[in-house]
Formats: sequence, structure tokens, C-alpha cells
Amino acid sequence: MEKITSQKQLEEKIAHCSACLEKKFSGEDGKKHLVVCGGTGCLSSHSGEILEKLEQLIKDKHLEDKCTVNRVGCFGFCSQGPFVKVFPEDRLYRAVKLGDVERIIDEDVIGGKCITDLLYEDPVTHEKVERQDDINFYKKQLRIALHGCSMINPEELDEAFGYGAFQGLIKALSMSRQEVVTEVLNSGIRGRGGAGFPSGRKWQFALDQKSEEKYVVCNGDEGDPGAFMDRSILEGNPIGVIEGMMIAGYAIGASNGYFYVRAEYPIAVNRLRIAIKELEEVGLLGDNILGSGFSFRCHIRLGAGAFVCGEETALLNSIEGKRGMPRPRPPFPAVKGLWGKPTIINNVETLANIPYILREGAKKFASIGTEKSKGTKVFALGGKVNNVGLVEVPMGTTLRELIFDIGGGIPNGKKFKAIQTGGPSGGCLTEKDLDTEIDFDSLIARGSMMGSGGAIVMDEDNCMVDVAKFYMEFICDESCGKCSPCRIGTKRMLEILTKITDGHGEPSDIDDLKELAAATKANSLCALGQTSANPILSTMNNFMDEYKAHVYEHRCPAHVCKNMVTYEIDPNKCKKCSLCARNCPVSAITGDVGKVPFVINKEKCIKCGLCFTNCHFDAVMKK
Amino acid sequence: MANLQSHAKEQIKEIVERYKDEETPLMMILEAIQSEYGYIPLEVQEYVSSLTGIPVAEIYGVVTFYSFFSLKPKGKYVIGVCLGTACYVKGSQTVMDKFSEILGIGPGETTDDGLFTLDALRCIGACGIAPAISVNGKVYPKMTPNKVVSVIKEYHDLEGGAN
Amino acid sequence: MALVNIKIEGKAYQVESNLTVLEACRKCGYNIPSLCSFMNGRCSLASCRVCLVEVKGARGLVASCAYPVNEGMEITISSPKAVEARRTSVELILSNHHKDCLQCEKNGRCELLEVSKMVGAREGKYIGTMTPSTKDELAPSIIRDTGKCILCGRCIETCKELQGLGILGFENRGFKTIVSPAQNRSFLNSPCMQCGQCVLVCPTGALMEKSEISKVDEALKAGKYVICQVAPAVRATIAEEFGKKIGTNGTKKMIAALHRLGFYRVFDVNFGADLTIMEEGSELLERIKNKGVLPQITSCSPGWINYMEYYYSDLIPNVSTCKSPHQMQGAITKSYFAKSHDIDPKDIFVVSIMPCVAKKFEKDRPEMEVNGLRDVDAVLTTRELAKLIKRSGINWDKLPEDEEFDQDLLGQYSGAGVIFGVTGGVMEAALRTAYHELTGKEYGPIALEAVRGLAGVREATIDANGIKLKVAIASGMKNAKVLLDQIREGKSDYAFIEIMGCPGGCINGGGQPYVKPMFLPNEDDDILETYREKRASVLYSEDERQVIRQSHNNPDIIKLYKDFLGKPLSEKSEELLHTHYNGSREKYPDIKK
Repeated sequence: MEKITSQKQLEEKIAHCSACLEKKFSGEDGKKHLVVCGGTGCLSSHSGEILEKLEQLIKDKHLEDKCTVNRVGCFGFCSQGPFVKVFPEDRLYRAVKLGDVERIIDEDVIGGKCITDLLYEDPVTHEKVERQDDINFYKKQLRIALHGCSMINPEELDEAFGYGAFQGLIKALSMSRQEVVTEVLNSGIRGRGGAGFPSGRKWQFALDQKSEEKYVVCNGDEGDPGAFMDRSILEGNPIGVIEGMMIAGYAIGASNGYFYVRAEYPIAVNRLRIAIKELEEVGLLGDNILGSGFSFRCHIRLGAGAFVCGEETALLNSIEGKRGMPRPRPPFPAVKGLWGKPTIINNVETLANIPYILREGAKKFASIGTEKSKGTKVFALGGKVNNVGLVEVPMGTTLRELIFDIGGGIPNGKKFKAIQTGGPSGGCLTEKDLDTEIDFDSLIARGSMMGSGGAIVMDEDNCMVDVAKFYMEFICDESCGKCSPCRIGTKRMLEILTKITDGHGEPSDIDDLKELAAATKANSLCALGQTSANPILSTMNNFMDEYKAHVYEHRCPAHVCKNMVTYEIDPNKCKKCSLCARNCPVSAITGDVGKVPFVINKEKCIKCGLCFTNCHFDAVMKK
Repeated sequence: MANLQSHAKEQIKEIVERYKDEETPLMMILEAIQSEYGYIPLEVQEYVSSLTGIPVAEIYGVVTFYSFFSLKPKGKYVIGVCLGTACYVKGSQTVMDKFSEILGIGPGETTDDGLFTLDALRCIGACGIAPAISVNGKVYPKMTPNKVVSVIKEYHDLEGGAN
Repeated sequence: MALVNIKIEGKAYQVESNLTVLEACRKCGYNIPSLCSFMNGRCSLASCRVCLVEVKGARGLVASCAYPVNEGMEITISSPKAVEARRTSVELILSNHHKDCLQCEKNGRCELLEVSKMVGAREGKYIGTMTPSTKDELAPSIIRDTGKCILCGRCIETCKELQGLGILGFENRGFKTIVSPAQNRSFLNSPCMQCGQCVLVCPTGALMEKSEISKVDEALKAGKYVICQVAPAVRATIAEEFGKKIGTNGTKKMIAALHRLGFYRVFDVNFGADLTIMEEGSELLERIKNKGVLPQITSCSPGWINYMEYYYSDLIPNVSTCKSPHQMQGAITKSYFAKSHDIDPKDIFVVSIMPCVAKKFEKDRPEMEVNGLRDVDAVLTTRELAKLIKRSGINWDKLPEDEEFDQDLLGQYSGAGVIFGVTGGVMEAALRTAYHELTGKEYGPIALEAVRGLAGVREATIDANGIKLKVAIASGMKNAKVLLDQIREGKSDYAFIEIMGCPGGCINGGGQPYVKPMFLPNEDDDILETYREKRASVLYSEDERQVIRQSHNNPDIIKLYKDFLGKPLSEKSEELLHTHYNGSREKYPDIKK
């Protein structure tokens, strides 16, 4: 590829590519443009093969002048994948199977007809929805961080150029370093990785340091089990994140940037590699970028499976080839970070917002969101909700809108119980919080936090003590072991929670838990330990009755904690089919086919629940 | 070190050499070795120590800190059951239990025939298709205990279908 | 250093601006407990969380050991929040500590116990599973017990930063974390020099010397001729074990105590030190004369020898072949002394009392044997000697101060022997004799100030009748490495180098008394900076007290050569007093399977 050595040259390139892409989307070129989702979720449901088959059919049927096809990044609506989208109609086919591909070519591309059975059906109205933007899941979304995802091929530089890339950098290079930092300060953007520290202030600290070498680190060690926005952004538009990092590098005076990405994200890492290589080839990474005198290089480091490395000083230790154990602060990384040099660490989503802020201006960015939380936030909506996936909404959207409008409510007519935000460091919010406008401060005020944006919905079938135990197990496993309150405190809390969920709880356990939770919070070295007890504290605040049921009555109201559950067969409902008995691994169920209703021998029963899941007539009851 | 075969030594040397210009290359070296061999036994760490001057205790400390690194060889097929929140609340524990039951091994263990390793994963970012598992990186969406049998069979069949 | 104004408990103070909160508080008279920080009250870990205090404006509680003071800072130590936080941290640590305190060897010197007293830890507040106690008792010098380790990391930092080794490290993660030389194996199966500096800094009984008191008991019970020989540096510190100030000369009371412990003879390893000088000095002059391998490096420190064999075995030709003084003396005891007294040497049991744990390893080396007789049978540290004395009901304060070492063939010693216990001492002793050899005259002021001091690396040039002897001294392996790398690169122009394994030499050996932690009322605020100097001064004053100041003037040494050995480097000397080194020691013998 030709080197791009001046701003003028880049602007020409951008203009050219934008025109090309626009033609594809609008159909001006007289062709249909198909895009296929290439995110991890859809790839696991064979979207790769779908793309190949589309390409093959276009070739076989000589449709090259009628149709183009491309792979794009994540659509976000992962539970409905794989997706094939048709331009210019903006028509979205969902849950496409390999067998549907020929129909898409024949009926849609050639026949010009919409294939209604591949369209999304609204779970409430049962109407088919043709256009993506008309689907409730997408209606309230505003895509800034997810810009380009599901629109462009993340592995093609020209597509990125055509979709806004590098306009932010061009703008930044025309400003002084301080002006760029001020722009970011004015935008009001706060770190998307967890604590919500104003990014501009971080940048200002680093800019103010006098040092030959400074670094920008992109935190892509997305550890919250239940959040995957960073992965999707890196998979869908890696160049946008690189651009954000370059702007940060220019602003603070750094010439090297490090991506720290989970090794569990091979597709993201690969696309990032390709993007870096392409940019190096055209001279947009390297020395004297666009003749501006600004030099910048990007490097990739892989995280190796340690949640604590999402903590920025632990992450730095990891890059430095050490155990990912957090460092005491001060000194802060902006003063003494990677290899002792001033360093800013921004998470993927934060950096993905930066090009927009420069391109569109801080003012426009600041006009979105709430008073103290500007812009949008990407949530990974999951758990017991109809529309599972990645959504980007303006700050200030309510939980109700998130769960019931975008998320489509709770499946199977179950009752909403809680939503856990902020992952293992966050807390749960309940019915009473549904009309809370989501932003950094409102979530903290209600005993949870934004975290990286995981949002797991729970229904009446989830036991909140079990949920607290799940998170504590996670934290205990992921505690680095350095400081004693976290290392030992989380273990002790887990031991008590295990005792309670095993049905051996005592009233004093509740006080002990409270005391340990408070101590771990106050005494721990890093945020992981300091927030480790949040799931306990917030479930205790909201669901103390469940704790009490476990501890005083040795009863699990949600029938989740095995030791406290008994299975019984309702003789009136039993159809005497013997399905339960045949599935019982310990032969604890007896009866006579067609004659005598089946009965579970409670002595023998190991509470595996197979009878419960297998019974077609809801005759098996949990008590 | 003496029983490290010479071609393995050559390869490790080449890996160490590859990252010689990096300021702190240990993680990169270990990641490359892990990818190449599937595990990083102590004797390999000792060899890396002798090439880099980093004490073995430090290398061992790093290897045992990160769950991506393994001291023991993994099975030919590494089954990772996601126990991330989204998968967990949708019942991935029962999927894990089923794998354990059928394979006769717990999380982190490898079957005696060296075919399967069962790992508990902390979110593979496939929450949209929860509960998810991965086998050697290939993701299986919306798992249930009932689907476990067919997944295992798929790989047994690959092995010639003797069972 | 600029000063800043701070407030502690509402009182105004001025302190240097480069201090941590912990240091500042200590200076101003507030003792805050701490476990992971040591030496000077600053810490790069901040992991134990027992030094938490409140700082106005800071987010949450602050680990005082890692938090710098700044202008206007307001510190609160006594608020209920801070008091409770410190107590909870300690209680949590205690919940994962195997508390067999009554029988624990560290009882009385356990920092964890002191800290838990200080914070008022409540019994059995938190209970749960504990890290399994696995004991490494394979190595002859050091025992490691994971059940008592509190993961403060002091040993790791000491080994890496002070000795430049990094034998110990954290392994695993979270609650499963332990400290070990990788894969929880033994020190013996790692390239550990066995110096025991880690033992000195361990706040609990997780790292201890391997006691040999029971071996001595058995020898006494069996009616052996148990001969005790005590190293120079022990007298500089033994009084500390009986509550005396650091720098108290314990020579006389120690001699009296040893006489009351049932030993057949009580000798001073200073005699062996004088003998070493005769042999090593002669070896040096030989090398100079015959253009042998130079620089010659001393071999008295067994920690250094271990280090050399593992990491610098190519320098074996540079290392003196002399055994260390107590090994020489042991070999002479079982030959010359036994013969003179008509005792079957098999019935002699030699006990060395040493400031050192590596000596325990050394005495077990296969080379340290002549004609099937081990040179030395047991090595006790200074700390173990104190236990022996206390066990025997001896009241240190009432011991007389008019007794001498037994004057029986190996009884006399020179001042040169005494200073072996401090860095530069062996060099000084050797130069006193070498000067005499080269010039026929005694060196003028006797004391060679040029080689004294506690700096890690030092050099000096001595002019002996026009022959210029350029020498260097290093203690602690990180310092020694500088000199060793010079030799390796062919850039070393020294004739003689003294290396001691422990920083400061034997006065700071791994078997010496523990220095009281700074959070306890201590004799001096700056004791951690001055204790080595104070201990060294005991040895230098002992040297000055001696009538005989040079090894070659020791009458018993002269007699030994006349009646038994012939001359230095004679065939007999080579057989009894010299050794060889193992250049192919495997660093990790247990990895091979």
C-alpha cells in the first residue's frame, strides 16, 4: 500500500474511501451489499462458513456485478446471531443457518424479496421487523464507542478510512498537546474501565510530568465475567482504538503505546495485529506521522488469565514480566508507571470514545449523558433477559429501559429479581432501583457501581446468597494473594457463605460476614480487595430475608442451594410415564408405569435435578 | 535441564532470542513456550532462567500466578466451560458437572488417556450465547447437560471412533 | 533535606520531606506496628496492612510504610477506625498462622506475636482453613515452614536485593500463595548459598536455622570429649541475647558460660583464624612469587563458597584452598591435639559456635574430613548458644568475668584472629602477616584503617618495601559480584580479595541475634543503621586489648608448626588444612527425574 505522508494525502484518501463506502451502503453502485457478523458469538454459530458460502455462490452464479459481501464486527445482539445484513435496505436477517444462504442469494439478492422467516420477531407484538433500526433492541442505542462495529470490515483499512477513522487524529495534530488534553477534559469523559476517574485529569497529570519517555497503555484485560464490550470493540473496529491511543500519545507526549489484551480473545488480538501492521505499512504508525513530527508505535502484550491485572498497577507489573500484584499508590502511574515512566492507562472503551471527541468536538460529546457522566456507556446485558447482547446507550438511560425496552424483559414470564452491575466488584439493584438513571454516581449511590459495564439480570429462580457466593468464589480465586485482608478475608467470607449455602448456617454468620466485609473493604491494598465484599453487602442490603431464611430456617427460597432443596412428585400431576425414574442416576425413583404414580426416595436422592428438568408435566416439585 | 532434549532447548533458545530486545520479555517468552508446548515444566523454566538470568523462583512465581500457564501437559482437547456470570446464572455449573461426571475428572484435570482436559473458564466473552464452552478454542453456544455427551462424542469420533 | 509540617494526633511536628508516614511517626515518638516493612520503615509492598493509619483527605486508610509525608498532612493513629483496622489485619493473619507458639523456636523473638499483643488481637476471632504446613528440613542450614509464613515478602526482598540471588519467590495465587524456592522444594535443591539472611528478617518461625543442640546433647550423653570452639563474631553479639545493648562485649561472660556447659575444652576459633592467615598468607605469597592465578580470594565464608560454586565456578582457581578457620581447627584438634593428649580422635566431638548458618552446611561437606574423621561434628549458632545457656539455668548477669579460654595447645590467639568476624578483618590480618613476610618488619601502626569500614565494596593499596599490594574487600553477594565480574572480564588488577557472604561480615551473619523490630521500644532510633558498626567495634576493641596482634606471633601457632605441621603449605598442612571445590554442583538436582 502507498505511504501516506501528509495530512493532505490522508484527507484525500479519506474522501475517496468515504465515497466508496457510501456507495455500498446506499446502493448507488447498483449492487446489494451483504455484511456478515464476524464476532466471536456469531463465529461460534458458523458465521464464517456462511460468509464463505455467500462468496462461493456469488462466484458460482456470476453475481459479482449485482452483489458484494463483507465480514464486519459484532452486531451486539449475540443471542440472535448469526446475522446477515442487506444494504441498501438495512434488512437484518438473524439466526441464519448455512442452509439459508442459498435462499438469501436467490430470493433476496436475485429476487429482490425480503425473506420474512429470517427476520426478527418482536417477542411482545409477534410482528416481524425488517430494518435493524426498527428493532427495539437497537432503537434506544447510540453508537459512539461501538462506532463502525457491524458496519465495516475490521481487517480493511480502507473501510475504516471510509467510516471516519483518523479524522480525530488529524484534528488533534493541528492542536497543541495542552489543547488536546483540555478538549478531553472538557468532554467530561470518565474512565470506562471501572472507577470512572476523569480521563482528562489522568492525561493532564501525565502531560505535566517531565520525562524523556512516557507510555500509553490500553487496558484490554476485560476480566469481569459477563462483560465483553472491549472484546467486541477490538474485534469490530480496532483502528478506532488505535487512533484513540495515538491521540492520547500525542497529548501526553508518549511515543509508544501498549495494548494489554486477554489471551482468551484470539480474534481481537489478531485483528489488532493486522490493523497495526496495516497502519505501519502506510506510515500512520511509526516515525514522523503525516510529517507532523509526532512518532508513535503500538505494541501488543497478552494478559495471561488474571482478573487482578485489570487493576492498573497490577497490569503494569504484568507487562513488566512480573506477577500481577498491585503496587501501593502513590506513586501514581501518571507519575511513575511502566518501567518507572509516566504512564496513562485507559481502557478500550475509553480510547474508542476519544476519536469521536476530537472529531465531533468536546461540546457535542458533553451534550450526551447526565450532568456528571458524559457520553454513552456500553453494557453487556446478560442473564435472564430476552435480548442478550451488547448495547450502547446514553448515560442517564434508566435500568427499566435497559432491561425491559432494550432487553425485552424477562423470559418465560418469570419475575425480575435483580440486576448485577459492575461485575464482581459491583452490586445488585432491584425493583426499587429500576427508574434510576444510570451513571457513575447514581449506581454508587445505590450500592453498586458502573464497573466495566456488565449487567446481569436475575429472576426469581436465582438465589441471592448463591449469587454472592459465586462472586466471592471468583474473587477468592482471583485475589492475587499479596495483601492479607484480601487474601485471607475473601477466603473467610467464602467459607462462611459456603457454610450458609450448604445449609449449616448459624445466625452469628451474618454478623461475621458483615464485619469481614467491612474490614476487607477498608483494609485491602487495591480496588479488587476493597470492592470484593460489595456483592455480599448489596445482597444483604436488598435480600436480607433470603439470608435469614438460609440461616434461621435452613431454607433456600429460590430452591437453588442443593442441600436445602428436596424434590417431590405431585401424584396428581404425575402421568406415570417413568421418564423421571429412567433418568435418575441413583435409582431413587420408583413407581409403576401407567399404574402407580412415581415417588422419590429422599434418602437416596442426590438432588441432581434431572427428574425436575426431564418431567414434561411439571409434576416434579422443588421444595 | 540435562533431560531437556536438545531440539527443545534450541527452540526455547530461539524463543528467548526472539524477544531479546524487549525490556521485560518474561511474559512473552512464557506465552510463546506455552503456545508451543502446551505447558511449561520446571526444567524448562530453569533453562529460561539460565538464558535470561531471571531467578527460577521468580519465573515459577509468574507461571503459577497466571491461569493461562500450565505446569503439566494438557489433554489433546481442552474443554473450557465458561463459569462467567452470564453463563453461571444460566446453568453452566450443571454443564461443568456433566463433563466431570462423564470424563471422570474435575476442573483443571486431564483424563488418563491424555485426550481431554477440563478447565473452568472465567468468561470467554460469549455471554450472548450463554452457557458457552470452548474446545480447543472452538466455541459451542447455548450448552445444556444433554449436549455434553454429543460434544465428547464428536472428539472421540475424531480419534477414530474406537469408543 | 527540606522539612514539612505535619500533624500527628493533632500535634504539630516538622519532619524531613522524604520520609514515609511510618518513619515520620516513629521519629515523632509513635510506634505503629508493621510486618512487611523492615529495616527502615519504608516498604515497596504495603501488603501486611497492619500499619494502617488515617490520613486526612486520603481515600480510605493508608499503609503508613509506603505513603510519603507531605506538607500539612494530618495523621491519626488512634482513631477507632484505624485501631480496628490494624487489629483486623492482624487477626486475619493469625487465622492463617499455625499457632504452636509455646513450642515454637521463635518464641520470644516473634514479631507477629509482638504485633498481635500491640493491636490487642482477640483469640480465635476468625477461624478457617489454613495454608498446609509443609516443612523443608532437608537443607543442613535452614528450615522453612509454610504453615508459619505470613507472606510478608521480607525474605524474598532480602535474597534478591541484598544478596542478588532471588532464591525465594511467591508462588501460586490468592490464598494458595506460598513462599518457596519454586515448587515448594527444598533449599537444598536450589542454588541457595545458605547464608541465612532470610532467617534474620523473617518475622515469624517460618524460616529458622536447623538446630543441632540435640546432637551436642547426644555427644555429651555418650561421654565423648566434647570440645567447643567459638568464632570471633559470637562474642560481639551474644550479650544481646541476654537483653544487653548492641555493641556489648560479651567475651568474658561467654567464656565463663561455656565453661559451665560441660565441654571438655573451650577454645577460640581465633586460633584457627591465625592458622588460616599463616596458610592463606603463604599461599598468596606463593602465587605472587610463582606468577600463579591472581587475585587470590579468601575462602573463610562458607556462604560465599556455595555462591561461588553455583555462580562463579570458573573462578575456582582464584579461591584460596584454605579451609575455613573452624574446619582447620577441628582437623588440628582431631590430629595434633588428640595425639598430644593420647585421645582416640574418634572419641572427640567438635562443636563450633558460629555466627553463621552456612557453617552447618560447610561442616557436612564431604571434603571436610581427614582419614574418616569429620573436622567438625556440630555447628551451633549464636542464637542456639544462648538457648543452651538459658536452658542450663545460667544467670548471664552473675557470670564472672575473670575466666579465660583453656590454654591447652590451641589456646592462644592474636588480635588478628579476632577481627576475622568483620568485613575487612581477614584482609587486615593477612596484610599484617604478609607485610612482615615481605619486609621482615611489623606493619607500623598495626591497625590498617584503609581496609576498615562497612561499605559494600572497598579497595586499598599497601606498600610493603616497594611491593605494592592492591587489595579489595566485599561483603554481601550483590557487592561481591562487582569484583567477581571484573575478574571474569580480565579487568581485575587486585592481588588479594576478601569476600564475606553476609553484608558486614560475620557480625551480621545468619546465625546472629535478631535485631529488635523498630515498632518495639528500641535502644536507639537509628539502631538498624548502626548495629553492624557497633558490633564491629567490639571486635576492633578486642584486637586492641590483645598483646599479640599478628597471627605469625601467636606462640601456639609457632609451636604447632614446629612440632607438627612443619611449615605452611607443607604436605601435612595440605592434608589437614586445605580443601578443594566442587565446580559442577547442580543447581536444581531434583528437577532431573
